[in-house]
Amino acid sequence: MLQFLARRLLVALLVCLTVLTFAFALTRLAGDLAISIAGPNSTAADIEVVRKAYGLDRPLVEQFFDWVSRAMVGDFGRSYFFREKVSTLIFSRLPITLTLGLVGLGIALSVALPLGVISALREGRPIDRIISLVALLGQAMPSFWLGLVLMITFGLHLGWLPISGTGTWQHFVMPGVVLAFSAIPALMRLTRSGMIDAMSADYIRTARAKGLSRTSIVLKHAARNAAMPVVSIAAVQLGFMLGGSIVIETVFALHGVGFLAWESISKNDFPTVQAVVLLLAIIYTLLTLGADLLNAVLDPRLRAA
Amino acid sequence: MKGWRAWGLWLGAFIVGFTLFIAIFAPMVATQDPFAQDLSKRLVPPSWMEGGRSEHFLGTDGLGRDYFARLVYGARISMLIGIATVVTSGIIGVAFGVVGGFFGGRIDDIVLFTITARLSIPLILVALAVVSLVGSSLTVVVATLGLLLWDRFAVVARVATMQVRTLDYVAAAWSAGCSQPYIVMREILPNILSPLAVVATLEMALAILLEAALSFLGLGVPPPLPSWGLMIAEAKDYMFFNPWVIMVPGMSLFVLVFGINLLGDGLRDLLRTGRVA
Repeated sequence: MLQFLARRLLVALLVCLTVLTFAFALTRLAGDLAISIAGPNSTAADIEVVRKAYGLDRPLVEQFFDWVSRAMVGDFGRSYFFREKVSTLIFSRLPITLTLGLVGLGIALSVALPLGVISALREGRPIDRIISLVALLGQAMPSFWLGLVLMITFGLHLGWLPISGTGTWQHFVMPGVVLAFSAIPALMRLTRSGMIDAMSADYIRTARAKGLSRTSIVLKHAARNAAMPVVSIAAVQLGFMLGGSIVIETVFALHGVGFLAWESISKNDFPTVQAVVLLLAIIYTLLTLGADLLNAVLDPRLRAA
Repeated sequence: MKGWRAWGLWLGAFIVGFTLFIAIFAPMVATQDPFAQDLSKRLVPPSWMEGGRSEHFLGTDGLGRDYFARLVYGARISMLIGIATVVTSGIIGVAFGVVGGFFGGRIDDIVLFTITARLSIPLILVALAVVSLVGSSLTVVVATLGLLLWDRFAVVARVATMQVRTLDYVAAAWSAGCSQPYIVMREILPNILSPLAVVATLEMALAILLEAALSFLGLGVPPPLPSWGLMIAEAKDYMFFNPWVIMVPGMSLFVLVFGINLLGDGLRDLLRTGRVA
């Protein structure tokens, strides 16, 4: 168990370091960063001033180690655009994105789990086919377009929900639903296949032979075992959702980290872009690490692997 | 069960084939110029709606450009992005996966780590940043998506290679004295193609959706090109009074991606029941 733990932690740490390098390299991709910051109408003298001011005239290696050593302690410098520390900026926006992600995951699970279980129990029957067709339809829905359609329908015509902004809990309903849509098919398919496997296992036959009720068999025996892969995929999906929130937050004008990322990309505010890339990658890595550890605790067989 | 699945496969193949046909023969399908503006005829509704005109079947956009022509030429962009991205990411991913699965050991550890690291990188955010830095064009979008979307190819190719590697015909090739490159190219690759075909459909659907999202956010295909995502972005300002302006490109995107997914699902079932396990 300890060895397993150590190895997983090491991999997670290495991934974070790789992303750190990647986030730095990303902004140097276009060649001269100073030109991008100074803007298209700047003179050579302007660019030189920018280069000096942001320390871009130093050797690349020096810039890299400077950035990494600061990033390690959570110092991402000041935003070029917002005139604020990047870390402050991000932490003030993070609650909105996390709320959105959790609302999305909550909606996704409360739709995907029951549908997946029903599908598995009625494998091959019409209801199973209809559910998988619906999943396929959901998968094909462009999220930003779904957002706009919901805005027209529920915001404008029915007037049930606010169209954009963050004032109340109602503001999170539509973005949450849109975000959930992208995660539902994967969660549902995994629940279905997990339940089908679990229902054909020996312990289910034993439980049937003992004369347990169907509800007890499905909920207590099968669902528990089918839940494990679902937990890992739910963690992965939450990571994807936080990454995908950039589109949804822009559509619904929710001023979270995703919106911040979009703003800073369009304003050439690279310290913020780097920090958000890194933050989302770290959150994703921690989520998958957490899911792996949880699975190892629940299922001793995995620890040996 | 079987009949229903086959029906899905055919419907998917029809949707994809139809879109491909339209994309290839765009100048013949749409007789009007998708770039020609006519500010005296802005936001004309589709011909079957009130106020519609017969010469603009799907109406016109906010700049008076023919919506049908833009939609048809937009199919070109979606199909081009989808296919080009799948080819690029397919080559990268399959190369990674096969190398890892074939050699195993340390090399495989490195491959697995690269896949893990790639998965942790937020896709849309990085794609947006790259396009914004390098400048938006079709080529940049394809290159960016191609360099980012190889992970599933690598995962599937790796596992499939591991399975095939241990089979008798590979052992036979070894003992016949075949070289490593020969075994990889002639014995392994042809036998892992079918699971990769399913991945290709999934990735194509994803690439098309991502391009639309990038273009929608203004950092994908540059205007005035008629990308469906860009059409939705341009129509956003008028959507509350003319909902059809976002319905037309949105539905097209939805139907195309649905068709590709149906095709992929059908292929998967066909391969599962066929001779390939």
